[in-house]
Amino acid sequence: MRTKIVAALAAALLALPLCAETIVIRNATIMTVTHGTVKGSIVVKDGKIADIGEKVMEPAGASIIDAGGQYVIPGIIDCHSHIAVDGGVNEGSVSVSSMVDIKDVINPEDISIYRALAGGVTSANILHGSANSIGGQTLVLKMRWGKSAEQMIFEGATPGIKFALGENPKRAGNPAGGRGATGTTVQARYPATRMGVEDTIREAFTEAKAYKAEWDAYNAAVARGEHPIPPRKDLKLEPLKEVLEGKRYVHCHSYRADEILMLIRVADEFGFKVRTFQHVLEGYKVAKEIAAHGAGGSTFSDWWDYKVEAADAIPYNAYLMMKNGVISSLNSDDAELMRHLNTEAAKTMKYGGATETEALAMVTLNPARQLGIDKRVGSIDVGKDADLVIYDKYPLSDYAKVQKVLIDGAVYFDRDKEVSAQAAKMAEKEKLVEKLKQQQQAQGGRGGRGGRGQ
Amino acid sequence: MIAIRNARIVTVSGPVLAKGTVVVRNGLIEAVGENVAVPADATVVEGDGLTVYPGLIDALSTVGIPGAAPAATAGRGGRGGAATPATPAVNPLAAAAPAARSMGPEDRPQTTSWVIAADEIQPTDRRIETVRAGGITTAVTFPTRGIFGGQGSIIDLGAEEKAGAMVVESPVGQYIALGRGGFGGGMGGGFPGALMGVIAYVRQVYLDADHYKLVKEAYAKNPRGMERPQYDRALEGVIDSKRILLPANRLVEIDRMIHFAAELRQPTILYGMHEAYRPEAAELLKKAGLPVLVSLHWPTPPAGPDVHLDEESMRQLETYDQAPAAAAALQKAGVKFAFYSDGVDAPRDLQRAVKRALDAGLTREQALRALTLTPAEIYGVADRLGSIEKGKIGNLVVTKGDIFENSTRVEVVIVDGKKYTPASDSSGGRGMTAEAPGGEQ
Repeated sequence: MRTKIVAALAAALLALPLCAETIVIRNATIMTVTHGTVKGSIVVKDGKIADIGEKVMEPAGASIIDAGGQYVIPGIIDCHSHIAVDGGVNEGSVSVSSMVDIKDVINPEDISIYRALAGGVTSANILHGSANSIGGQTLVLKMRWGKSAEQMIFEGATPGIKFALGENPKRAGNPAGGRGATGTTVQARYPATRMGVEDTIREAFTEAKAYKAEWDAYNAAVARGEHPIPPRKDLKLEPLKEVLEGKRYVHCHSYRADEILMLIRVADEFGFKVRTFQHVLEGYKVAKEIAAHGAGGSTFSDWWDYKVEAADAIPYNAYLMMKNGVISSLNSDDAELMRHLNTEAAKTMKYGGATETEALAMVTLNPARQLGIDKRVGSIDVGKDADLVIYDKYPLSDYAKVQKVLIDGAVYFDRDKEVSAQAAKMAEKEKLVEKLKQQQQAQGGRGGRGGRGQ
Repeated sequence: MIAIRNARIVTVSGPVLAKGTVVVRNGLIEAVGENVAVPADATVVEGDGLTVYPGLIDALSTVGIPGAAPAATAGRGGRGGAATPATPAVNPLAAAAPAARSMGPEDRPQTTSWVIAADEIQPTDRRIETVRAGGITTAVTFPTRGIFGGQGSIIDLGAEEKAGAMVVESPVGQYIALGRGGFGGGMGGGFPGALMGVIAYVRQVYLDADHYKLVKEAYAKNPRGMERPQYDRALEGVIDSKRILLPANRLVEIDRMIHFAAELRQPTILYGMHEAYRPEAAELLKKAGLPVLVSLHWPTPPAGPDVHLDEESMRQLETYDQAPAAAAALQKAGVKFAFYSDGVDAPRDLQRAVKRALDAGLTREQALRALTLTPAEIYGVADRLGSIEKGKIGNLVVTKGDIFENSTRVEVVIVDGKKYTPASDSSGGRGMTAEAPGGEQ
C-alpha cells in the first residue's frame, strides 16, 4: 500500500512540470532589463515569452497568474556555483585535471537545486573547484527540479573549463608532501608558487597545441583518402584543444591584478580567449585590460579579506568593471548565497550607484552574456525562454520574497504550495522516523547489523 | 553416488515435484523425477519431510580470496562502508597496486584488471565453509580492490584441496568500483581522488583499449617499419573481460551508469540497487535492458544515543524503509535481477535478508530464482548451474522447511556431488563441518 502511494507521488511529481501550458501573468510590474519597467502582462506560450505589454491578447484557455502589486524579473543566473555535484568538486590530485567533467557527476536530486530555485535562480554555471591551475570541465544547468541530470543541462550552452590562479592551485602540499595519511611517502603536488601556476598552464597548452597538430594532420590525411591509425584520444588534452578552437569557454578563478594580466598574456600568446575571470577581486585595477581581452568579470558583491590575496577587494568592483567596459556579474560560489542573489545585485546601487537596470543585469543579462546564453535567457523579451521570477515586493530589496519561479514556461516553484505542503511533509517524516525506530527496537537494537561476513 | 529419495524437489527450471528422487553421480545430476530408480550402489538420503533445492549462487562475492574485502559495497561515499578486514599482508593483490602516487590515467592507478580470481583462489579460506552452511554452493568471486579490481570466476564451494577443482567458469567479467573509500583515494592517494576523476579514468582506459587494439592489429599485419606498440597489462585485462560490473545504488547512480555503460559499449551488469524500489529506477533499467545484482546488505539506519534520524533526508529514511522492496519492483518491471550477499553470507543473516525482500512483496519462487537460475543466466552458465536438471552440476541444498524461513535447518549441502552436513550448532549462524574432511563422495 505504502509503495503504491510513493509510486503515485513520484509519478505525480514527474508529471508536474512536464507540459508548458499557456500562462498569462497579469497586473505585474515587469522589470525587463533590456527595455525598462513595464506595468502589465506577460503571455507565456510553448515555454517562450509570447507577448509583453500594458495590454496583451490573452489566449483562450490560458491559466492566469494574478500578480497584482507584484514584480516580475528574468530568472536569475548564477555564473559560479558548485551545487548538484556528487563525489567531490575538486580532482585535486594533479596540477591539470581537465580530463574530469562535472557533467559526469551531476546530482539532480541535490536539495540545493530546489533551494536555489526558491531564491529565483533558473540557470547556473556549475564549476569544478579551484585546486588546480587547470581544473575540470564545467556546464550550465537549468534548475529543472524533478528532472534527470541530462534534462537539466542547458541545451546548446557552450561548455566550459575551470582555471584557477593564486593561492588555491599553488597551495604547497595539496596534497601534502612527505608522509601522507596512509604512511606512504608522497610528493607534494606541483606547483607551489605563482610562477609555477603560469608554467603549468603554459606547459599544458604547449602539449595541447602539439596534440591539436597531431589530430589536424590525421584529419588532413583522412581527407586525402588515406587510412592512417588515428592518434590516441587524450581526455586531458581534448578540452584544451577545444579551448584553442574556441569551442569551450575558460572560466578562471582569480584574485590579484598581476595574475589576471599574466593569464591574458598567456592566452594571447597561445591564441585562446578567457571567457570570464571569476571572483576577480582586483578586477577594478585592470578593468581596461580585461575589457580589451574581451573577457567578462564575475565577482562577489562585498566579500573580502578572508585571505591575503583577497585584501584589496572593494565592494565597488562590479560597478567599476562595468563602467570600464567589462561585462560584469555577481555570483554566489555558495549554496546559501545563491538563494538571495537579488540583494547582492542591489548592493551595486549603493556601492557605485548602479541604476536599477544595471544592478539587475548583474545577476540576469550579464551572466547570460558571459555564458553565451543571452539569446535564450537573461531578460524579459518576446521570443526568449519563459524563465521568470515573481516577487511579492520590489526585488532589489531584502524584504522581497520569491512567490513563483517559471522555467521554460512551467512553474517549478510556488511558494504558496510549498508552504501549505510543509506540515504534511513533516508529519510524514515523523511517522517514518517512528517506524524505523520501532523496527530497530524490535531487532534488539542491532542497528547497523547485516554484517560484513567475518 | 548420492540419491535423495521421496523428497519434495524444487527444480526451479520446471515444476515442483511433490515426492521425487534425485540421483547425483560423478559430480553431475544423473536423474531427477518422480519415478527414478535408486541405484543399488548409491548413498541414500531419506528425503521424507525434506525439500531439495538447487545450490544457491552468490552472484558477487569475494569468497575464496582470503584478505579481500567482503564483496564491495556499491559505495555511498563512506556511509555503510565496511572496515577493510585486517590481513592485507596475505593479500596477493595488494602487492600489485602501485605504491607511488599516480599522476594521471597513464599510470593506471588502482588497476589490476589482469588479475583473475581463479588464479588467486585459496581452498583454505574459512569463509567457504561458513557460506556453504547456508546453502551457497557457488560463488561468483571477484578481486575487488581498486577501480579495476580484476576478473571474476565462478567457483563451486566444495572442500577441495586444489583450487583448480573448484573453478566452474573463468573469467566471467571485470569488477569496477567507483567509490573512493578503502583504496587510498584521499590524502596522498594521487589521481583519481574525486568521483569525476574515477569516471574520467575508466573512460580513458576504454578509449586507450580501443586504440591499443587498432595499433596491435596494424602491427601484427605488418611490423616492418612500424614502431612496436608497448605491452599494457591493464588494457590486456580490460580487453579480455567479456562483461563489466558497475556500481549503482541511488537512482541518480543508476541513471548515470546506464548512460556510462552505453558509452563504454561493454556488456554490463549493474550492482547495488539500494534505490531500485523507486519506480523510476525500475523503469530506466527495463528500458536499458541491463541485468542487475541486488545487494542483500540492506541499508540500515544507524543506531545509538547520538543518532538523530529526523536529521536525515526524507529520501534516506525512505531508502532504509523501502530498499528491500527493490527486488519486487524489479520483478514487476521485468528487469532481470539476481541477489548477491554483499558480505551478508553467514547462514542466518542470509535468510533474514532474503526474508525482508519477501516481506516487501517478492514471492519465494522469485527469490529462489534470483539466487539460482537467474545468476547462472546472467553469467552465461545456465547450461550447467542454477536448476535441478539432468546433466547439470550436482549442487543441491536439502532443508527441513522452506529455505528462506528463519526456523529452517539446512540438513545437507551437496557440492559437485560431494555431501556436506552442517554442524548441529550451525543454526546459530556460522560454521559447518563436513562429515569427513573433503566431503563424502
